[in-house]
Amino acid sequence: MTDSKYFTTTKKGEIFELKAELNSDKKEKKKEAVKKVIASMTVGKDVSALFPDVVNCMQTDNLELKKLVYLYLMNYAKSQPDMAIMAVNTFVKDCEDPNPLIRALAVRTMGCIRVDKITEYLCEPLRKCLKDEDPYVRKTAAVCVAKLHDINAQLVEDQGFLDTLKDLISDSNPMVVANAVAALSEIAESHPNSNLLDLNPQSINKLLTALNECTEWGQIFILDCLANYTPRDDRESQSICERVTPRLSHANSAVVLSAVKVLMKFMEMLPKDLDYYGTLLKKLAPPLVTLLSAEPELQYVALRNINLIVQKRPEILKHEMKVFFVKYNDPIYVKLEKLDIMIRLASQANIAQVLAELKEYATEVDVDFVRKAVRAIGRCAIKVEQSAERCVSTLLDLIQTKVNYVVQEAIVVIKDIFRKYPNKYESVIATLCENLDSLDEPEARAAMIWIVGEYAERIDNADELLESFLEGFHDESTQVQLQLLTAIVKLFLKKPTETQELVQQVLSLATQDSDNPDLRDRGYIYWRLLSTDPVAAKEVVLAEKPLISEETDLIEPTLLEELICHIGTLASVYHKPPSAFVEGSRGVQHKRLPARAGSGESAESPDTVSTGGVSEAPPAVIPSQGDLLGDLLNLDLTPPTTTGPPPPTSSMQMGAMDLLGGGLDSLLGGDIGGSPAMGASFGAPPAVMPGSFNAPVSGGLSDLFDLGGGVGMPMGAYVPPKTVWLPAMKAKGLEISGTFARRSGVVQMEMTLTNKAMSVMGDFAIQFNRNSFGLAPAGPLQVLTPFTPNQSIEVTLPLNTVGPVMKMEPLNNLQVAVKNNIDVFYFSCQYPISMLFVEDGKMERQVFLATWKDIPNDNESQFQIKDCHLNSDAASNKLQGSNIFTIAKRTVDGQDMLYQSMKLTNGIWILAELKVQAGNPNYTISLKCRAPEVAQSVFQSYEAVLKN
Amino acid sequence: MSASAVFVLDLKGKVLICRNYKGDVDMVEIDHFLPLLMQQEEEGLICPVMSHGNVHFLWIKHNNLYLVATTNKNSNASLVYSFLYKLVEVFTEYFKELEEESIQDNFVVVYELLDELMDFGFPQTTDSKILQEYITQEGAKLEVAKSKVPTTVTNAVSWRSEGIKYKKNEVFIDVIESINVLVNANGSVMSSDIVGSIKLKTMLSGMPELRLGLNDRVLFALTGRDKGKTVAMEDVKFHQCVRLSRFESDRTISFIPPDGESELMSYRINTHVKPLIWIESVIEKFSHSRVEIMVKAKGQFKKQSVANNVEVRVPVPSDADSPKFKTSTGHAKYVPEKNLVVWTIKSFPGGKEYLMRAHFGLPSVENDEMEGKPPITVNFEIPYFTVSGIQVRYMKIIEKSGYQALPWVRYITQSGDYQLRTNA
Repeated sequence: MTDSKYFTTTKKGEIFELKAELNSDKKEKKKEAVKKVIASMTVGKDVSALFPDVVNCMQTDNLELKKLVYLYLMNYAKSQPDMAIMAVNTFVKDCEDPNPLIRALAVRTMGCIRVDKITEYLCEPLRKCLKDEDPYVRKTAAVCVAKLHDINAQLVEDQGFLDTLKDLISDSNPMVVANAVAALSEIAESHPNSNLLDLNPQSINKLLTALNECTEWGQIFILDCLANYTPRDDRESQSICERVTPRLSHANSAVVLSAVKVLMKFMEMLPKDLDYYGTLLKKLAPPLVTLLSAEPELQYVALRNINLIVQKRPEILKHEMKVFFVKYNDPIYVKLEKLDIMIRLASQANIAQVLAELKEYATEVDVDFVRKAVRAIGRCAIKVEQSAERCVSTLLDLIQTKVNYVVQEAIVVIKDIFRKYPNKYESVIATLCENLDSLDEPEARAAMIWIVGEYAERIDNADELLESFLEGFHDESTQVQLQLLTAIVKLFLKKPTETQELVQQVLSLATQDSDNPDLRDRGYIYWRLLSTDPVAAKEVVLAEKPLISEETDLIEPTLLEELICHIGTLASVYHKPPSAFVEGSRGVQHKRLPARAGSGESAESPDTVSTGGVSEAPPAVIPSQGDLLGDLLNLDLTPPTTTGPPPPTSSMQMGAMDLLGGGLDSLLGGDIGGSPAMGASFGAPPAVMPGSFNAPVSGGLSDLFDLGGGVGMPMGAYVPPKTVWLPAMKAKGLEISGTFARRSGVVQMEMTLTNKAMSVMGDFAIQFNRNSFGLAPAGPLQVLTPFTPNQSIEVTLPLNTVGPVMKMEPLNNLQVAVKNNIDVFYFSCQYPISMLFVEDGKMERQVFLATWKDIPNDNESQFQIKDCHLNSDAASNKLQGSNIFTIAKRTVDGQDMLYQSMKLTNGIWILAELKVQAGNPNYTISLKCRAPEVAQSVFQSYEAVLKN
Repeated sequence: MSASAVFVLDLKGKVLICRNYKGDVDMVEIDHFLPLLMQQEEEGLICPVMSHGNVHFLWIKHNNLYLVATTNKNSNASLVYSFLYKLVEVFTEYFKELEEESIQDNFVVVYELLDELMDFGFPQTTDSKILQEYITQEGAKLEVAKSKVPTTVTNAVSWRSEGIKYKKNEVFIDVIESINVLVNANGSVMSSDIVGSIKLKTMLSGMPELRLGLNDRVLFALTGRDKGKTVAMEDVKFHQCVRLSRFESDRTISFIPPDGESELMSYRINTHVKPLIWIESVIEKFSHSRVEIMVKAKGQFKKQSVANNVEVRVPVPSDADSPKFKTSTGHAKYVPEKNLVVWTIKSFPGGKEYLMRAHFGLPSVENDEMEGKPPITVNFEIPYFTVSGIQVRYMKIIEKSGYQALPWVRYITQSGDYQLRTNA
């Protein structure tokens, strides 16, 4: 016999029947009824109407039945707070039951009923339970304090529960201690500044004792709590570490990670020359490695944390490279993380093996993984100088595979290799240039352009190559545009005679035709440099570049320290501080590692941010592409002193003469001639501003106008443009094009009839086939006769929706027959379903909510509307014009959610949720309707309305 | 700190059962779970943590179910995954098989368990043997016997009940070593390790104190003994019952065992092991016509030992057809749904060498999709033998009633993650 039978009754009057059964005298029947109620609840039916009847079953001596009733209460008490009071008496009574299971059950459940009125009644029973003789009840009551605190913090403080909870830390039973610690930690999290946990050497000692005796979960609570403590000195720190290390042998990975967190934190205080410090380092490696044999999800958490640990203390895992080798059947998320760690651990000692592995991975099929592997090879080259040559040759082999994304990744990393080892590997440039055409990703294009510009003097056709990129300048991403600008300027400075036109072209593209301020600014800087002092320009643009550092993507040291304090948690998985993703935690203090002993600063001092790691200067990081800093680096403005103060206007021509005689003169001359505004700009830079800002300003204004127009008056319904429905060829000279519109509540077909035949037409009539919404002509087709050859006339045919109905495919398909004196012609056309949205389609808020819930989730469909640049208000207005009504708007995290309703002529309601994120042109729309088949057409209408 | 709510979903994302522990995350947020997952799957970048707004989903998949925990705090992620896997373990022990049907068939017990396993996001009692003492599937009547909380629940010994009785007191000890190997296409061993596991089947009365003695190198060094072969364990993990601080201080493995079956400990050994079954393969692919495969398997272990149920799984292109095989022993079978040839050898004595040849046709029109390069994998089992040479030197059993109990030891070596890359 199974419980599944309880799910089967779904007939009408079920609630009524259940009510009768619940009130039955027979215990068995009662219990069966409660099970049915819970089954209904489980499948998401609303059985809250049975509240009083179920609560009546509460007083029972059957534990199973009691649990079910309690479960019901937890689910529905919130929606029926007044009736929930009815249950209070039983709760209070149960809290005094001789059976500890029932006492605990009652106190546990009461805490879960989040109804304010009940909480007052909870206090007395809770107080008793906190002092209960049975540890099972005490441990449950301890958690209940945290629950109550969540509902009414003040009450908990007033009632002194916090003190009782603190007392429980000294309880004789380890489970009680663990739960008390968990509850206190939870409460402390919402009161970051209260000294609630009050950790001191005595309480720490108690915790460490309980650590040996409680369950695996209790051990985690205690370890996580310990991690918040700052030992007074290195001796205390060591003694805690000594008592925590045995946990590294626990079978539960979460216990191990929490222990690692405590150790990583407290280690910070140990002097590095201490023997114990070395012992501890050695002890950490094996358990970290063993975590890689855990379930894949736990492996993933472990790997994300190991990534932090190797950044903080590379010495721990430096000999363990092999365990991070990727296995064929590893899930992709594990593979990518392993690869990351492999790069971090790569050193001269293991580079041969690593390279062999990476090469193997680069021939796999998983695109993201392959890309990362290729990139990793480049990183190895930069990190381990001895391996650079082999890395480059490996990359060249990979380029030969001609696999598009492999080639692109390879080019990106080769660029960095050139930066790191100038004048060593440039012989490969020819091979790279062969692949120019296959590059379609901005990063790869930018890298290639950089290479061409940087080594322009060695590439014979550099100008042609760059010119080819220039053709589509405006379609390129900013990254590529910036790079192209710099590259061409470099080229010009290296080969001034042949490339004046090119440089002029790119400068004007960047300064005149672009809306991007970064690009414009850079363009102007170059322009002015070139025109005022070409020698300086050469010094600036072609300056020697600083070497790039070998480590990449390093986490910034203060963040790294904070993340180390959060090992095992989501923060350590995301590599983000909790304040970045937990609501309401902005004011919360950031966790820090303790200061090393003897550093002379107290651990509480805010200045100790990174005392642990600051002895080594924070390594420079290669900024990722697109990063502003990166752009500047590429700009090669590095020795800023050479720029000097802007020289007076008059010097410009002289400078030009210096460099190449007539060369720049013609550049300037041409420009002054061609574009007076620009000419002026050389002399008086400020004058440029209005001109250059012109584009964005007007763009912004028009946005404003858009908005203004949108907010004020609703626009009319969307009418699609006319399309040809019946070409003349198919209808003996009669051409019909048309569209559908809804005007003042009337659906109409608007047609243009053209007579392309040689003779006069007449006797027009029209008929529709049966269709999905019963559309039919509301009157005869009135065409003014005689309809002479080459004449065009406009005809409007009002429609109604009372015709015969038949579901069409697609839904909005309409088959039409038109007759004239020559023949009968058939055509079919599709109407926008928005035409059938009626004017009274605005649903009441409450009804909307209820309906939304009521419609099963299976009926929900989701669509994306791409490239829509309206804000939510403008969108809402536009949609309203087509009888799509916004009922409510909610803003969550900068994302506007519009709740909308519309009603079709046949009475079908459609509910919609439209998500608009500021700055994201892609909207998400979810549609719910009892007739889900309309969703597709509704979505099409949305798209049409919003985009027109 | 941990989970706000736990959900069990079917593959379509429908909630089969759920439990709201903290009430700080809207329960309807779960509706976003499957769309998010599908989006990630489409992009080929699935991840066990997903977020939607402030809500984070931590999930695992088991059979035809998703187990999902939600939270909006900086939760302890490793705790949540451990807990989800613990759920699977407990449900499996209760219902044999954890799947959609068993959840529905037992929803009352599932609710009870969810209530007992976690409170306000804190995992509580998760030992299924103990849970079974007070959460039963028959729907316990409130009898006197059940009116007590099993003391075990809150005891320091939370894994064993008191008053267990056996007529014959015995312990069965299985020492199982799994070999993980990764061999490169050119035949060099990239990585290898041994993961050992010591499993107990305890049939002992009362509250016995056990002590397990192994030929542990660190222990021998500590006690100054150096007789015989010892084994250096890289990392050891113990069941909750083992006194970790005792092990840390003097390497003694002492514990009160859980009743019945359990894994007492596991260990990892990093030594370079010679792959016990060595595979050499030549896979030649002639585009548009055929694939020819030659696989040689060699038993690189003692002549007296025999590997049982050896399976060599060789990948073939997904569009291969018309298989032909020749083997010097055992038999080969084509498993098209897995794109594999499985060569099975029931009994494979040490030192022997066998050969298998396979021939497949390839269609003249080639499959456009790039295929991965799956490795050859091998499964086997060698009884009465451990690669590391680990030995149970003694198992001392002391109970206050003073009964005599017999320990039985069995050794097995088997394949773990045993992969050999090919150059095909």
